Amino acid sequence: MDATIPVLILAIPLFMFLLLGLGGVKMRPLTAGVLGTLGMGAVLVLSYYTAFNYYFSGNPLFVDGTDRLQYIVFNTTWLQFTDYLVIKLGFLLDPISAMMLIVIPTISFMVHLYSLGYMHGEKGFQRYYAFLSLFSFSMLGLVVATNIFQMYIFWELVGASSFLLIGFFYTLPSAVAACKKAFIVTRFADLFFLIGILVLSFYSETFDFLSMTQHPEAVLESMHGAMFMGASVMTWALVLIFIGGMGKSAMMPLHIWLPDAMEGPTPVSALIHAATMVVAGVYLVARLFPLYLLEEAALMIVTVVGCVTAFYAAVVACTQIDIKRVLAFSTISQIAFMMVSLGVARPEIHHGLGYMASMFHLFTHAMFKGLLFLGAGALIHAVHSNNYTQMGGLRKYMPITHITFLVGCLAIAGIPPFAGFFSKDEIVSAAFELHWFWGVWLLMVAGMTAFYMFRLYFLVFWWEDRDYKAEGLHTPHDSPWTMSLPLIILAVISTVCGWIDFGKYVTFDGQEYNIHMNTPIAITSVCVALIGIGIAAKLYMKKNDNPRAMADSARWLWEAAHHRFYFDEMYLFITRRIIFDGICKPIAWFDRHIIDGTMNGLALITNKASVAIKGFQSGKVQMYIWWYLIGVLVLAAVTAVCVL
Amino acid sequence: MDYSQFLAMKQEIGLLIVFLLVFLYDTFFSKKAQGALPVVTCVLFALLTLFGFICPCMKESATAFGGMYFTSPVLAAIKNILNVGALIVMIQAVNWADSDFIKVRRGEFYELMLLTLFGMYLMMSSNHFLVFVIGLETASLPLAAMVAFNKNHFESHEAAVKYLLTAVFSSAIMLMGLSLVYATAGTLYYDGIFIAMLYSDINVMVIVALAFVIAGFGFKLSLVPFHLWTADVYQGAPTPVTSYLSVISKGSAAFAFLVVLTQAFGFLYADAWEWMLYALIILTITVGNLFAMRQRNMKRFLAFSSISQAGYIMLAIVGLNEMGVSALMFYVLVYIFSNLAAFGVIGSIEHATGKVDMDDYNGLYKTNPRLAVTMMLAMFSLAGIPPFAGFFSKFFVFTSALSGPGVGAALYVLVLIALINTIISLYYYLLVVKAMFINDSETPIATFRSACAQRLGMWVCTAGIIGLGIVSYFYDYLLTVVE
Repeated sequence: MDATIPVLILAIPLFMFLLLGLGGVKMRPLTAGVLGTLGMGAVLVLSYYTAFNYYFSGNPLFVDGTDRLQYIVFNTTWLQFTDYLVIKLGFLLDPISAMMLIVIPTISFMVHLYSLGYMHGEKGFQRYYAFLSLFSFSMLGLVVATNIFQMYIFWELVGASSFLLIGFFYTLPSAVAACKKAFIVTRFADLFFLIGILVLSFYSETFDFLSMTQHPEAVLESMHGAMFMGASVMTWALVLIFIGGMGKSAMMPLHIWLPDAMEGPTPVSALIHAATMVVAGVYLVARLFPLYLLEEAALMIVTVVGCVTAFYAAVVACTQIDIKRVLAFSTISQIAFMMVSLGVARPEIHHGLGYMASMFHLFTHAMFKGLLFLGAGALIHAVHSNNYTQMGGLRKYMPITHITFLVGCLAIAGIPPFAGFFSKDEIVSAAFELHWFWGVWLLMVAGMTAFYMFRLYFLVFWWEDRDYKAEGLHTPHDSPWTMSLPLIILAVISTVCGWIDFGKYVTFDGQEYNIHMNTPIAITSVCVALIGIGIAAKLYMKKNDNPRAMADSARWLWEAAHHRFYFDEMYLFITRRIIFDGICKPIAWFDRHIIDGTMNGLALITNKASVAIKGFQSGKVQMYIWWYLIGVLVLAAVTAVCVL
Repeated sequence: MDYSQFLAMKQEIGLLIVFLLVFLYDTFFSKKAQGALPVVTCVLFALLTLFGFICPCMKESATAFGGMYFTSPVLAAIKNILNVGALIVMIQAVNWADSDFIKVRRGEFYELMLLTLFGMYLMMSSNHFLVFVIGLETASLPLAAMVAFNKNHFESHEAAVKYLLTAVFSSAIMLMGLSLVYATAGTLYYDGIFIAMLYSDINVMVIVALAFVIAGFGFKLSLVPFHLWTADVYQGAPTPVTSYLSVISKGSAAFAFLVVLTQAFGFLYADAWEWMLYALIILTITVGNLFAMRQRNMKRFLAFSSISQAGYIMLAIVGLNEMGVSALMFYVLVYIFSNLAAFGVIGSIEHATGKVDMDDYNGLYKTNPRLAVTMMLAMFSLAGIPPFAGFFSKFFVFTSALSGPGVGAALYVLVLIALINTIISLYYYLLVVKAMFINDSETPIATFRSACAQRLGMWVCTAGIIGLGIVSYFYDYLLTVVE
């Protein structure tokens, strides 16, 4: 296959970043925005073309009978240290990367378009588009990585662009704090990721995904033998890599950065912190899934972490006031669903149903969560506040936003025929197939999801009929077409994309898998979702005092959940009180007094020596010659004595 | 006598032709045309330099005069390097040579300079101590005249007298040493001495002779304790002469030193002269650094810095291997660019304002950012901060010192001391940078535009500092030449 198009897919956003980053200042803001959007549009077309080719062309490079193959379009050597230690940059096409080639450009293009309206008139508009292009480039590079080191490079690049975009409003202290927090937490996790990469590649003697995953037995043999602290090196490597994924995908306990990351512009939250970057952790586990399969313990950790996170985030989401934070916690919860789904996938259970379900959910979630965030952006744009307390009764003022947001909520709640129903149903089925406990757990969380999403929906669009004009406020209204159009498109996609026969395209082993609805589970999960919606409607449709009364009855629980179970405070305590006071301060003292003292002492001695020999340079030429003579004679005498 | 053997000395003959042309121009051309003399000299010399680089005939090996003279591709390379340095000095001197008091004598300045260069060539190309001494004196005596060139400044005279007296004394010591060598070996040919030494036992007389010869070189290279003239002379001499002394004279002496030590005194006495060098290197680097720390006059400051740099150059010799030769040449090349960049800045500021103290440089960045950045690059390169050329030249010197045939603990200690000294040197080089960039001044040097020639010189030096650091071609080239 010709490599031109894949190269272009990566090169266009990079070029746009350089163009807008270096030349943006000289452009009119709108020109920069339109350029960025057109560039992304081109990437969209090219990657659709590539993905379409991959899935449907029947090209023997991509498909062998019914098996979908992994195909490396190009792989160039970037850094060669030795014959074995080679870092390559390339472009890998396989079912999941081709799927991501649909997801990322779609959402990215929508966000580019949407931002034309949303960010209109903001200072640094060109910079914003430059960063968006950088992000798109990095994310695309991440998903098509042919080896784990390339993935790591782009992994860091998405981290950096996320940092830049969260801190876009760099004059706001909260935005600055949030971007630092996001960067530090994810970097902290990436440290483990890096160690994991090193361990894995040390034993498997390769960075390449294909050599790792296609011959896992060889890797296994070399890695199972070596034990470290009671676990095999394999387990360590996979768990360390998973920690990296936890950081990026905001799994508990490394989730604390994601809610704060909502300080960034809302379209950025939609693109990076809902649809694409945060699923990188899931993607990473999926990419290395054949290795994870070899290690039951690692899969177990993935499952447990996912389940705990899903539940925790759902509880917290029920008590948030800031609509973007509700969405942020729902994102954490949904990503945790994908993690669990990977954790419960086994090749012997329906060709790895969980794997397929996870990717399916990733796909649908990107669409409806992007929709929800962009909808939230429209709300914030209209009301100029993030808090639902400032909203209420908006359905009459913003009909388009209302309908599309409702579609998003129905999709995430798992009501047929919207997208979320299909993917979530597969996840729950997969969980039940492994053990009923995981299935029940996920069903419960799914019910909570329906509840908190509709709580948000009712509080924003119903609750009370407010007359904004009478309150002296700006009357909310629907957004300009650049913002509404992406909402409508995404709403349509969120409605229909669940009907895709996903098992035909993305499965663990590349073979087609016929999705069949597990009727009892489907019915149960719909009932659970309806119950959640029903409770939400009962409580929040009309303004009443019941919610307050309920919160008051278990005040401590509500407060704890509202404060996200004090995770941030715990971290602050650990860093400030234990690490800073207990470790850093003594080290700083040692540095300041012992090391600096020694250095200053040495400098003092040097200085003294310099003063002491001042007389040597007397300025008298006869003295010079004396010294010269003495020097010669001493040199001769000492050498003669020593050598003889 | 076969006169065709003169043709072996192509570089020297080329230099003499340039000298004669300049001399004739100076003598016979009208007063009006005299104004163009510096430029004419520079152009002629540039042609010679270019010719030396591109013409393969310049690089052939040859011997002449019964083996007293020899040349090889390596010698051609070091001569080319020195040519580049001398050319930059000439370019930087153009404006000084046009100033009021110097104007009438500018021809002499260039002629003397070409003659000293001729002497240096001879010094490096000799295979016989007689030729060597002729070269040495040809290189030394005109320099005294050049140091005294600022006739209206009494410091210039003082410097010249100090230089002359020390030079005469050191020549006497060296000749004494050479006569002792002759007494032992019965010949003054390097290879003859080498062979004679192989067939005799270790002899105190030779060791004394070695010490005397080393002291003679120590004067030219300003190794401690033979360095005391350096600071006074560098300060008193006109800036172009100082820069010439500090790079070209030093570079040629270092190479001649290498030739003499390895070709004449060979390996039998390697133990003896290596230990002498160890002591001298440690003393030179340390004392040079300790003095440099306290200097406030920029030229004096660079004098001491050049003393300690000479110690690093000597490190390339102790490795006794091929890499040392290329490391030495590379060090000299880099040192030429770095030091001449610094002297270029000092010279143009002195030319414009007459100020030469470090305190005068306070706040230079605000008024003359380009000069300040050039100076900063020069200081970084001299201190050996990557990615500038100075880092690599130091790196190669250290590597070569540690990759010789018999690397012992002593060499490691030596390199360690040299490394510690780089930290001290970093301190005083950064003092200059601090003065220019951080210190504020109420009366900073006013913004001015350097003369065209000065700027050309500084551009070339800056390009050298950065280019030699980033492009590995030059070092690789030197390495292949040596092999």
